[in-house]
Amino acid sequence: MSIYDSLDSINEELRKCMKCGNCQAVCPIYKETRQEVGAARGKISLLEFFLSGEIEMTKGLADRFSLCTTCMACNNNCPCGVRFDKIILGARAEAVRKKGLHPVKKIAFTALKMQRLFDLGMKTGSIFQGVALKNIPNRYSKLARMRVDIGIGKNKVFPMLPNKTLRSELPEVNTVKNPKMRVAFFTGCMINYFYTDMGRAMVEVLAENDIEVVIPKDQGCCGIPASVNGDVDSARILAKRNLRAFDKMGADALVVACSSCGSAWKHVFGDLLENDPEFKGLADIWAEKSYDISEFLIHKIPFKKEGLGKVSRKVTYHDPCHLNRGAGVNKEPREILRSIPGLELIEMKEPGRCCGMAGSFSLVHPDLSLQISDRKTADIAQTNTDTVATGCPACRMQLQSGVENANLDEEVLHTIQILAESYRAGKKEGKSI
Amino acid sequence: MLAREVLQELIQALGKENVLSEQEDLMTYAYDATAAMKHRKPDVVVSPLSTEQVAEVVKIANRHNLPIYTRGAGTNLSGGTIPTEGGIVLSMLNLNNILEVDQDNLTATVQPGVIIQALNDEVIKHGLLYPPDPGTIATATMGGSVSECSGGLRGLKYGVTKHYIMGLQIVLANGEIIRWGGKTVKNVTGYDLVALYTGAEGTLGIITEIIVKLIPAPEARKSILAVFDNVDKAGNAIAAIIRNKVIPATLEIMDNVTIQTVENFVHAGLPMDAEAVLLCEVDGYKEVVEREAVLVERILKEEGAVEVKIAKDDQERDLLWLARRSALPALAQKRPTTVLEDATVPRSKIPDMLKAIRRIATKHNLQIATFGHAGDGNLHPTILTDDRDSEEMKRVHLAVEEIFETAIALGGTLSGEHGIGIAKMKFLDWEFGEAGVAALRSIKEALDPNYLMNPGKIVRRD
Ligand SMILES: Cc1cc2nc3c(=O)[nH]c(=O)nc-3n(C[C@H](O)[C@H](O)[C@H](O)COP(=O)(O)OP(=O)(O)OC[C@H]3O[C@@H](n4cnc5c(N)ncnc54)[C@H](O)[C@@H]3O)c2cc1C
Ligand code: SF4
Ligand code: SF4
Repeated sequence: MSIYDSLDSINEELRKCMKCGNCQAVCPIYKETRQEVGAARGKISLLEFFLSGEIEMTKGLADRFSLCTTCMACNNNCPCGVRFDKIILGARAEAVRKKGLHPVKKIAFTALKMQRLFDLGMKTGSIFQGVALKNIPNRYSKLARMRVDIGIGKNKVFPMLPNKTLRSELPEVNTVKNPKMRVAFFTGCMINYFYTDMGRAMVEVLAENDIEVVIPKDQGCCGIPASVNGDVDSARILAKRNLRAFDKMGADALVVACSSCGSAWKHVFGDLLENDPEFKGLADIWAEKSYDISEFLIHKIPFKKEGLGKVSRKVTYHDPCHLNRGAGVNKEPREILRSIPGLELIEMKEPGRCCGMAGSFSLVHPDLSLQISDRKTADIAQTNTDTVATGCPACRMQLQSGVENANLDEEVLHTIQILAESYRAGKKEGKSI
Repeated sequence: MLAREVLQELIQALGKENVLSEQEDLMTYAYDATAAMKHRKPDVVVSPLSTEQVAEVVKIANRHNLPIYTRGAGTNLSGGTIPTEGGIVLSMLNLNNILEVDQDNLTATVQPGVIIQALNDEVIKHGLLYPPDPGTIATATMGGSVSECSGGLRGLKYGVTKHYIMGLQIVLANGEIIRWGGKTVKNVTGYDLVALYTGAEGTLGIITEIIVKLIPAPEARKSILAVFDNVDKAGNAIAAIIRNKVIPATLEIMDNVTIQTVENFVHAGLPMDAEAVLLCEVDGYKEVVEREAVLVERILKEEGAVEVKIAKDDQERDLLWLARRSALPALAQKRPTTVLEDATVPRSKIPDMLKAIRRIATKHNLQIATFGHAGDGNLHPTILTDDRDSEEMKRVHLAVEEIFETAIALGGTLSGEHGIGIAKMKFLDWEFGEAGVAALRSIKEALDPNYLMNPGKIVRRD
C-alpha cells in the first residue's frame, strides 16, 4: 500500500520517532512560530493520538497538518532516520479521506481562482492585467502586485504574465542540425504560464548542445499541488495524463527545470500508481530517465564548455528543498555556475534553508510564508551580490517577491538562464574577434 | 476544562496570539522527550513576551488556583514538562533574546528561551565559550538546561551547568519578581538562591533571566579512540589517565551492545567484538594538546588497550563523535521503547557499575546497552523494550530499581543530569532518607505553599 492510500505504510516511520525534538533545530515553521506543532515532533504526535483514537480527524487537525512546507529539513536532521516527508503526505491524504476535500478546498479554490485569472489574463492581455494586477517598476523584469486581495495578501509580487504561454509559443518539436539525442521537456505550470523566459533558456541551452527538444502539447500540471494536499484522485489523473503524453512522443530522456516537477517524475508518479498495472511500469520507465536540467548537463552529457562567454555577475545560489534534499542535486548547479567565465559565486548563509514558498503553503499561510521569506532575503542581502540563482520557478517567484519588497538590487534567475546568457555572450565574443 | 473567565484574563494579559486553547494545539504539549510516560493535555498554553507578563500569568494562576508547568523545548528525559494535573503550560520560547555579552566581565545575559547553541554562536564571535553541552545543544533552551542543571560531554574538565550560572531573575510562586546573584565572581549575600533554582526543575518558580559565566574558547583539540577486550581494563585506563594529571575535556565509554548497534547504524569503523571503547578528547593550547594526546595514547596502551587511534583530521574526529552521538538514536531503533537512565557513580566505580548492570540485565532477561560519560562517572544504561508488553515492563521497572540501588550503594546518585521529574520521584528517600525528603518538602512549601509550580515533580504532596 502506498502512503497515499493508507496510514498503515507510515506506521513504521512513526514508530521510529523517539520524540527527541531534534527536528526543532531546523524547521523553518517552528523557527517562526516557536510552537510545538510547527516541528515534525508535534505533527507526528498528533497523528499518533489520532491513530490511537484519542483525537478525531477534525478540520482543526487537518489545519495543523497544513503547517509544513515539506522542505525535508527534519528528515536530514533526524537521528532516527524518520522520513517525515512520507508521514506528512500520508497524514494529509488521510485528512482528505476522512473529511472529504474540505480541508484543501480553500487551497484548491484559491488556486483555481488564480488559474482562471491568469488564463483570462492570457487571453485579454494587458487590459485585464491592468485591472487585477498593479504594475511595479523594476529594471529586470515586469513585476506586478495584486490590486485586490484574493486571499493571499497583497504583498506577494508576481511576474507579469507573458502574452503567450510557453507551450503555445514554442513548437512541439525543436529540431537541431545533427541531433545527438532527443529529449522531452516537461515544462510544468509555472514555466508555462509565468516564466517562459526560463523555458526558452532551456531549449536554447539544449540546442547549443545539439539536442532535439520535444515539448509534448498534451502535458499538464505535474499534480504535486494536489498530492501534497492529499487530493490523491486528482494527482492520479494528472500523472496518467502526463505519462500518456510523453509516451506518445517518446524521448531518450526527460528534463525539468522545476524541483516539484522533478520529484513528480522521479518518485511521486510511481508511488501514486503503485497498484495500477497499466501505468506503474510506464511511471518507472520515465522515472529512470528523468533529470533535473543541471543534473542532466553535468552527468548525462558533459555540457559544452567551449563557446561560453563572459558573464559579469556576482551570484549567490539558493538550493530548492526538493532539488537539494529531495533529489540530492546541489553540487551540479554550482559546478555550472563556476564554469561560466566572469561569474563570481558567493555563498549565502544556509543556502539550503527553505524559502517558504512551498507551492500552496504560501497561499494557505501567507503571513508565515512571508516571515520565512524575510529571513532568506536578509541572508541574500548580506552577500552583496547582484544576482540570485536558483533551480526552481517556485523558489524564483518567492525570492523575487522577497528582494522586491526589501528593495534589493538583485536579479533572480534560474541557473539555466545564466548559462544561456553565457552561450549568447560567447557567440558575440566569437563574432567580434 | 478551563473556566471561560481564566481564558479571558490570559488573553487580556498576553494577547490572543499568545494563548492556545484548541485541543489540537494542547495535545502537542502533553508530552516531552521522556519514553514510556503517561501524557496529559494541559488546559491552556501561554507564551509570554516579557517578565512582567510571566508575573501576570502567575497571578492569574494564583487567583484561580491553577498549576503552572513551565516549558522550554520539552527535551527533558524525566517527564519534567508533562502537565500531570492539567492547568497552564507556560512556554518560554518567546523570551529568546541574548541581552548582553560582556567581554570585560566574561559574562552573558540571556532570556530563558534562548537556545544553547544560539548563545554559543554569538559568544564564539568574541572567542568565548559557554561550555555546558548536552546532546540537545541545538534545541534545548537556557531556561530548561539551567532548571535541569544539564551536563554534557565536556563535564569532566569543564563541569556542568551549575558551574556557569552567576545570576538569575526569578518570578516567584506568588508573582513577585526577584533578582539574585550577578556578574561578580564572589557573592555571599544571603542564601544562595541561584544555586537552589539551578536544577529546581521549575518547581520553585520561573526563571526569566540568566547571567552566565563564559570562558575563552580552547585553541585546539584532539580525539583519541581506544579499544578494549575487557571492561575492567577500560575502567582502569580511565583512572590511570586522571591519575597522570591529564584532565580530558571528554572521556566517553561505550559497551559491547552499544558498539555493535552504533557500528551497524553509522559505520564509523568501530570493532564489533570489542568489549568496550573509550573516546577521549583533550583540548586547550596547541602545544599542550599535542603533549597530552601523546601521553593519553601511551597510558591507554599501558593499560592494555588492544588498539589506540588518534583522529588524523577533522573528518576522522567528526566520524568518531558521530558514532558517540548516534548511540542513543541507534539503540532506539532496536525496540519500540527506550528507557534511558543516568545513574551516576564516583568514576573509580565505573567498572563495578558496568558489571552490575550486566548482571541485572541477565537476571531480568533484558537487553541493556550502556554508554556514557565515563570520565565523570555518569553512565547511561539504556533498556531496550516495548511498553506495550506489560510483563516485560514489570521486569524493566525491577531492573531500574536495582540500577538505582547499586548506584547509591557505590556512593553515587539517582540522577547525574536528567533530573528527577516524575520518573524518579519515588526513589528520593533511598538517597536522602525520610528526613532528607522532608527537608526538600519544607523548601518547596516555603517557596510554593500552594503547589502551583510544576506540581507532581520532585516533591510529592502527601
Ligand atoms: C537525545 C537527547 C540527548 C540529551 N542529552 C543530554 C545530555 O547530554 N546531558 C543532559 O544533561 N541532558 C540531556 N538531555 C536532556 C535535556 O535535553 C536537557 O535536560 C535540556 O537541558 C532540557 O532543556 P529544554 O529546554 O528542553 O527543557 P524542558 O524539557 O522544556 O524543561 C526541563 C525542565 O525545566 C523546567 N523549565 C524550563 N524552562 C524553565 C524556566 N524558564 N524556569 C523554570 N523552569 C523551567 C521545566 O518545567 C522542566 O522541569 C538529552 C535529551 C535528549 C532527548
Ligand atoms: S528528530 Fe526525528 S526522532 Fe526526533 S522528534 Fe523529530 S522526527 Fe522524532
Ligand atoms: S518538512 Fe520542513 S516544514 Fe515540514 S516539519 Fe519538517 S522541517 Fe518543518
